[in-house]
Amino acid sequence: MGVYLAHNAANNLRLRGIKSGFDFLFQPAGFDIGEALIDYDSAHSYLEAVLVGLLNTLRVAVIGIVLATVIGTAVGIGRLSRNALLRGLCRVYVEFFRNVPVLLQLLMWYLILTEMLPAPDEPLYFGAGFYLSKGGFNFPLPEWAFGHFTLALGVAAGAMAAFAWNLRERRIFERTGKEPRVLLAAIGWLLGLGVLGWVLGGAPHAMRMPEAGAFAIEGGGAVTPEFLAVLTGLTLYTAGFIAEVVRAGIQAVPRGQDEAAKSLGLSSAQEMRLVLLPQALRIIIPPLTSQYLNLTKNSSLAVAVGYPDVVSILNTSINQTGRAVECIAIIMLVYLATSLFTSALMNWYNARAAIRER
Amino acid sequence: MARSLAPASLVAPRPAPQSRHGLLSELRERFFGNRLSTLTTLVILALLLQVLPDAMAWALVHPVWSADAELCKQAMGEGACWGVVAEKYRVIIFGYYPFNEQWRPLVATLLMVALLVASCTRALWNRWLVLLWFSVMLAVFGLLGGGYFGLAPVPTDRWGGLPLTVLLATLSIVAAFPLAILVALGRRSDMPAVSAVCTVYIELIRGVPLISVLFMASFLFPLLMPTGNKIDVLLRVFIGITLFAAAYTAEVIRGGLQAIPKGQVEAAQSLGLGYWQTQGKIVLPQALSMVVPGVMNNFIGIFKDTSLVTIVSLYELTGALGLALNSDPDWRPYKLEGYIFITLIYFCGCYAMSRYSLWIESHLSRSRAR
Repeated sequence: MGVYLAHNAANNLRLRGIKSGFDFLFQPAGFDIGEALIDYDSAHSYLEAVLVGLLNTLRVAVIGIVLATVIGTAVGIGRLSRNALLRGLCRVYVEFFRNVPVLLQLLMWYLILTEMLPAPDEPLYFGAGFYLSKGGFNFPLPEWAFGHFTLALGVAAGAMAAFAWNLRERRIFERTGKEPRVLLAAIGWLLGLGVLGWVLGGAPHAMRMPEAGAFAIEGGGAVTPEFLAVLTGLTLYTAGFIAEVVRAGIQAVPRGQDEAAKSLGLSSAQEMRLVLLPQALRIIIPPLTSQYLNLTKNSSLAVAVGYPDVVSILNTSINQTGRAVECIAIIMLVYLATSLFTSALMNWYNARAAIRER
Repeated sequence: MARSLAPASLVAPRPAPQSRHGLLSELRERFFGNRLSTLTTLVILALLLQVLPDAMAWALVHPVWSADAELCKQAMGEGACWGVVAEKYRVIIFGYYPFNEQWRPLVATLLMVALLVASCTRALWNRWLVLLWFSVMLAVFGLLGGGYFGLAPVPTDRWGGLPLTVLLATLSIVAAFPLAILVALGRRSDMPAVSAVCTVYIELIRGVPLISVLFMASFLFPLLMPTGNKIDVLLRVFIGITLFAAAYTAEVIRGGLQAIPKGQVEAAQSLGLGYWQTQGKIVLPQALSMVVPGVMNNFIGIFKDTSLVTIVSLYELTGALGLALNSDPDWRPYKLEGYIFITLIYFCGCYAMSRYSLWIESHLSRSRAR
């Protein structure tokens, strides 16, 4: 059967005069891309166009994953609150966002962001250089200087110091039973060495502020409404699912654990941090991983609102070159690689959180 | 000398616990249980008071209900224009389908919904249901496609709107479920070739987004056909969604299969049952009843995922809305109202399915309790 299908495909390709092979990747793409993180114009090759798309996909996926985790965890814990109003509100959130197709949500956000907002010549101003309008979201960016490099160095040194501090505290804990205080110290090390690096580098503080011009907002950093629509839609949708994962994980910890912790005299914060969360995490991580993968895969819906992600760019490439087999192979390869990488990372984290059986 | 653990004096008696009965104390416990809870209640109430009155006024107090573009223009910004639904509901719900023939998709949709409701009713779970499915689906295709009994033929690329959504979801669910069972059994098979093929299929499909599977269906399937044969766009999309859904459902079912103790299989084998008898009579009934919530979740996912076929130019509910409004400058400004309308339709469908899933679950747990 495979031979039969391959024979058909070869025949059809020949009849339609479509050439096959990946050589087209090195020809000029001939189309422009609205937003590119790397230098790109229509004279660059298809390969570079695909790379631009890949970076756009990763950008929306990574930021989306972080935001969805934060919102989802908050809503999930809110669903277990003592307060009935908060509980109800979180439940409405979960039911609504999970039960409406994500594509519809993306299209709605895109509509709201491109048609309901004021025009770029009279944007919403939030103060401190943050503007929102039909043209997208504009924000101040620091002017690049040597001081930022030393700042990064300082933060890196702070991270290492915090790690060493953690080891030291743990040794002391194992010898004396004195409770380790890691969080505050780690923040202190990071901030302290970071600020030190910044000051040593000359304390640069020049910012590129966006300014409302006659027709549009100029200067500073900017993201397009397409990016915002995809990000908002994916984040809120996935957060609904993550909330359920978190709630189920916490509820799955046996009640006796909570009672035992209380009878040992742990405070409720200690109980959450030392008893409930480590056990809940074990249950949460595998389904959380698949939510992360879903978010990454759903970012391909960006094609519907015109955000140039990797699927959208390869779709254009198919229409221009007719190399459907090759382009779809690239899409599959990209997503398989991303999925495998994410699951490898989460499996590693899961192995750390899992019960160490002797 | 060991210190005595007993207290030196009697502990004072504690006051009796407060009554938890009565509306007032119930309310106090729920909304003002402690300081944090009180603060939360007040903050949320303040936020709701900010948002709700305006939203209510927009949606229910000042909207325009009639299909009058002039009135809608005047109300812009103060009230919603539900008139857009009154004006365009035929296109939103039925898409491109020929205007004078739209009673046919209406009857077809009602038939399918009735069939689904019947299939969910416990009293009707018997072998006649299979016959019912065949006859109803035959009637649905006859009604939509036409060409018989004096009905004008309508090609599949003009089918659209809600009937297409319901049809695609129903067919994909019905086709994906048995395929998923086979693939799940195949992945656990002792035959290395079978299990390798099933594993590769599952992992490949689960690793890529549905869009790419749909692209594959619309670009690649025509290439694989014998020269000169065309494969219908609806059929291609249906195959794409089914292959996609089956891979996910197979993994859920495999979870159930793995939870069946080995003793069950061994007992069946020592009774002399063959492979298919063992799986069909012993393993699958137990495994499937365990994974009902997961499988129902996947079905809800399929229903939502049918919205993606609009990207490969089939005008189901989401696509039909664009069709209805994008090219009409009078009504285009009220697209948000249109979106809210179809959001409600999707929400009702998904919510009903999730409630039904809960009902089955409680039903099955009753059968498991002794």
